[in-house]
Amino acid sequence: MTEPRLSSLHPGDSAIIRAISTEEGLHHRLLALGFRVGKEIHLIRRAWFRGPLQIRIGTTEVIMRRCDADKIRVSRQSMR
Amino acid sequence: MKCIALLGMPNTGKSTFFNRFTGASARVGNWPGITIDLMAAKIPLNGQVVRVVDLPGIYDFHGFSEDEKVVRDFLENNCVDLLLIVLNGVQLERQLSLALQAQQLGLPTVLLLNMADEAKRAGITVDIEKMAASMNMPVAWISAKYGEGFKSASSVIAKALLSSHPTDPAMLRENLRADDEIEAAMEKIMSEAVQIPKTMPVGMTAMLDRILLHPLFGLPLFFLIMFLLFQFIFTLGKPMQDGMAWVLSQARTLGLEPMLASLPTWLQGLLLDGIYNGVGTVAAFVPVIILFFLVMTVVEDSGYLSRAAFLMDAIMAKMGLDGRSFVMLLMGFGCNVPALMGTRIMRSRSLRLLTMLVIPFSLCSARLQVFLFLITAIFTAQAAPIVLFSLYLLSFATALLTALLFKHRFPSTEPFIIELPPYRLPTTRQIILRAWHEVRHFLKRASKFITLGVVAVWVLTHVPFDVPPASAETLAGHISTWLAPVLSPIGIDAQLSVVLIFGFVAKEIVIGSLAAIYGLEGDSLMGLMAQKLDWVQAYSFMLFTLIYTPCLSAVATLRNESKSVAFMFASIVWSLLLAWAVSFVFYQGARALGF
Repeated sequence: MTEPRLSSLHPGDSAIIRAISTEEGLHHRLLALGFRVGKEIHLIRRAWFRGPLQIRIGTTEVIMRRCDADKIRVSRQSMR
Repeated sequence: MKCIALLGMPNTGKSTFFNRFTGASARVGNWPGITIDLMAAKIPLNGQVVRVVDLPGIYDFHGFSEDEKVVRDFLENNCVDLLLIVLNGVQLERQLSLALQAQQLGLPTVLLLNMADEAKRAGITVDIEKMAASMNMPVAWISAKYGEGFKSASSVIAKALLSSHPTDPAMLRENLRADDEIEAAMEKIMSEAVQIPKTMPVGMTAMLDRILLHPLFGLPLFFLIMFLLFQFIFTLGKPMQDGMAWVLSQARTLGLEPMLASLPTWLQGLLLDGIYNGVGTVAAFVPVIILFFLVMTVVEDSGYLSRAAFLMDAIMAKMGLDGRSFVMLLMGFGCNVPALMGTRIMRSRSLRLLTMLVIPFSLCSARLQVFLFLITAIFTAQAAPIVLFSLYLLSFATALLTALLFKHRFPSTEPFIIELPPYRLPTTRQIILRAWHEVRHFLKRASKFITLGVVAVWVLTHVPFDVPPASAETLAGHISTWLAPVLSPIGIDAQLSVVLIFGFVAKEIVIGSLAAIYGLEGDSLMGLMAQKLDWVQAYSFMLFTLIYTPCLSAVATLRNESKSVAFMFASIVWSLLLAWAVSFVFYQGARALGF
């Protein structure tokens, strides 16, 4: 099995960021929001109809599209 | 054997350079300190054999992405005699930072400016000597794609290699450790002094989010909340507007009329019926508009708008827009101008232009005044809020339709990531500042557009003086006869068509002009409108007012923000066409159904 992506987590799941492979602009934006390799990340909810994901990293909550979350590889910590 | 490491940002043609520089002799190999394989080759250079390693593309030495870690681990565990940094010569202003970081770390470096061919075509020239002097490292142009400049680059590299000292991995580790130390110190302080529970307690925000961001009920709830807010503004605003209108009419009968009685009749007409009635009718709506902006302030500062972006993003994505575009549409309910400027947060020009194309359809507070006036005049108190809400829905519908029709012209792959703040209530100070800002905004518009527009309409509808005002013989009458073939199929009569022309400048002029044309204000003007227009005509007129160009300020902003006159005209033409088409379908449809 390939490493799971952030986009494949279920609501309530926690995971550790393993790699961020995005283009530069998004990479810097993510860094500014606190996305670092090794940080714990938490998926709060997924909007219906392939809408965005609500994510918490530290004390920051962000929403991002699934296609962008696809570019972040994670290792799952706990299953739902 | 001496070792040369190749480094650069992703997509700078680093690998193309590597392949050309080493021939086809590269092999993958293991390196101390890192787990992934790197390409390396042994090549003869100026009589000696050197090893060249291709490192992963990175943005900077201090980053924390996987590739950046690989590069750091490599440099901290392997002696390197020379670092070749490949930069994209077209994007030097962004990429030079990597070379400066290498210089700061004391790494022996040769700087290769790649894509010489593209840079030349783009008219970019670099003073190599000057750059080499100020960077304190040799610099050379190359074109990895076409193999240009390789000979001179090779000799620069060979020369640099002769005089360079190998890096000291331990020293480098020490230098780069500063970064780790910041991370480690942060980690330490966080773990010792700051307690963050593993799962945040179910606070107010999480509880509200569970309801307001519910996958099924979130969106209906959003529209319900919006409807209730507008209902609230309408119910509370009506008596305020009546009160203001009463005060203004008292001021006219008791103060201005006796004061101006000595002036010639035509001047009295212009001053009282024209300017005072016109501006006064608009001013009567100022309290409602202040109330509207107070509610908007609460909504904007509450953090609910970001939630709206979350709820709407899936739908907006289908229209080629994103959640932020939706937030800008909501901001446009206040005034289109700041909403248009707000699109600056978008990096992709396509996404920005498409959002700017739809914002003018957002029912702004100036248009709200026109609708409040006509709806109160024509519809029953029960029907009024629903009619108004239908206009808000249509405002969305036209915006979304526009995006849907034009999205292929403005393709964008901009990532959508925004922070979700906790729910907050604005302070009283913020609310008062906002209200004051709106009063000032009105005064500014009143002193410019509204007064001038109202005077112009009064003149057009009263000159020549020897015919009945607003009749077919006046200047306005001639204009509207000329426009009749276009506007009568959508139920808009002579006087209203003149009003629409000036509505292009500012929507406040629309009601101001009606007051000026008939020399009436407040209830008596509403009574006259109710006589002149049936509900089908009134609604058709409101549809046209809703959809066609918002105002001159919005047009100017559109031009400034897009930096394109063609885009501005396209927006104007499209909104006029759409306004006419929608009004036509509605008016003829309603008449055909027997209304």
